Amino acid sequence: MFDFLSEYDDPTLLGAFWVTIQLTLFSALGSLVLGTLLAAMRVSPVPLMRGFGTVYVNVVRNIPLTVIIVFTSLGLADIFLWTMGADDVKLQAFRLSILGFVAYTAAFVCEALRSGINTVPVGQAEAARAIGLSFSQVLRLIVLPQAFRSVIGPLANVLIALTKNTTVAAAIGVTEAAYLMKGMIEKEAQTLLIGAIFAFGFVVLTLPTGLFLGWLSKRLAVKR
Amino acid sequence: MSSVLYDAPGPRAKRRNVILTVVFVVLLSLLLWWVWKLMDDKNQWEWKLWEPFTTSQAWTTYLLPGLANTLKAAGLAMVIALPLGALFGISRLSDHLWVRIPAGAVVEFFRAIPVLLLMLFANEFYDRYTAVSSEDRPLYAVVTGLVLYNASVLAEVVRAGILALPKGQTEAAKAIGLRKGQTMGTILLPQAVTVMLPAIVSQLVVIVKDTALGGVMIGFTELLNGRATLAAFYANVIPSFIVVAIIYIIVNFIITSFASWLEQRLRRRKKSTGAVIPAAAIGGSTATGGEGGGLPGLQTYVQKSDT
Repeated sequence: MFDFLSEYDDPTLLGAFWVTIQLTLFSALGSLVLGTLLAAMRVSPVPLMRGFGTVYVNVVRNIPLTVIIVFTSLGLADIFLWTMGADDVKLQAFRLSILGFVAYTAAFVCEALRSGINTVPVGQAEAARAIGLSFSQVLRLIVLPQAFRSVIGPLANVLIALTKNTTVAAAIGVTEAAYLMKGMIEKEAQTLLIGAIFAFGFVVLTLPTGLFLGWLSKRLAVKR
Repeated sequence: MSSVLYDAPGPRAKRRNVILTVVFVVLLSLLLWWVWKLMDDKNQWEWKLWEPFTTSQAWTTYLLPGLANTLKAAGLAMVIALPLGALFGISRLSDHLWVRIPAGAVVEFFRAIPVLLLMLFANEFYDRYTAVSSEDRPLYAVVTGLVLYNASVLAEVVRAGILALPKGQTEAAKAIGLRKGQTMGTILLPQAVTVMLPAIVSQLVVIVKDTALGGVMIGFTELLNGRATLAAFYANVIPSFIVVAIIYIIVNFIITSFASWLEQRLRRRKKSTGAVIPAAAIGGSTATGGEGGGLPGLQTYVQKSDT
């Protein structure tokens, strides 16, 4: 029943899911960095920085991810000749798609972080200032510890969405799970079986992450 | 202005803010100049690449039919997904284990799977097992994928909406002797609909964005697909991407504005229970293209308004 799977070696089933995992991890790291930077801008006391952060988030959030990913290939690579330091097309597509995922996901990371900071009641910071703590002490001892805890849930949602979003990379020929599924399901007769295999793969990737981080965010939640 | 992070600025903070602003202006202009230069080096500012968008042909032949298909698929998906989502959301709240568990399993299953996989599967399924013509198939596949995914997201919205209502509503209904079905149909659901309306509207943003997947992967002739044909005809890849991105931004901005207007309005109403699921909770913000959260239990997002 699963015989047909052995015919696929570029990529293999596990290889394709490994690419999905790599895409997720690299993009998650990148978007965490860029998203934190954007969040810092959005909550900064400088109006211009706040404006830039707001514009970035609202523009990127309203463009379909598919448009961004296809643009990295047809625009950045084909017109602007960005090779991303890769000498073969496959690696180039892989890196380009990560660039796209980072640019897109950063907007959501930024919003998750900002909403986390906003859950801390203003009175907390005011009380901290009243007892004479400095700005960095207020941030380090009072605001951020509370914000980090309430951010885990929303960030987990972003991570799970990102895992699923990596399938869009198939649009520019990155050999991840959806790319393999498209090839397989068109060629083989076992439509249902193939659908079930790939669905199972994603359930395995997303469900434990969701359950663990959901449990963690509940455990660490600040009781108010 | 004072916030949780910083107090109203004094003289030193004001000076520092001015310096930061200047530094940021310099950095921002460097960035803009770099982008402009990048475009200029590849002659992307040439008028002949942009001129097609001032003619009616580009719009009537490529972009508007594409946009119409995008909106058609999104609208159909929403209309079908909504009752399905309500059904599953209510089933998850059932008192009977044999209803609650399967409904929960279905919802969690479809929320865990990328929309693209659902579309690819639906496309192949219609091809092999049904008589849907190859012309209609992409639309069917896109709508099916979107319905399966968004029905499960909306099921969570409905569930959260009902759970957000004050407990007294159910208790009062019980006290005057309504049966379970009556309580749901005449007391809880009508109130929950207003509570979750903003969230439902902003889920439309996610649906609109996800239609683009069908354009690239299964040949559905929506906006992004129309862009490809247009760019092949006028040879203006970069300008076409920019114009299409702007169209998406405008469409989604309209939807988002409508959702937040709705939210404001509902919050102000005196008659309601005051519970509103913010538009940002599920749709526009946490969610993404081919997106959506996977955490069980959305009620963490439900906020009771101050009133």
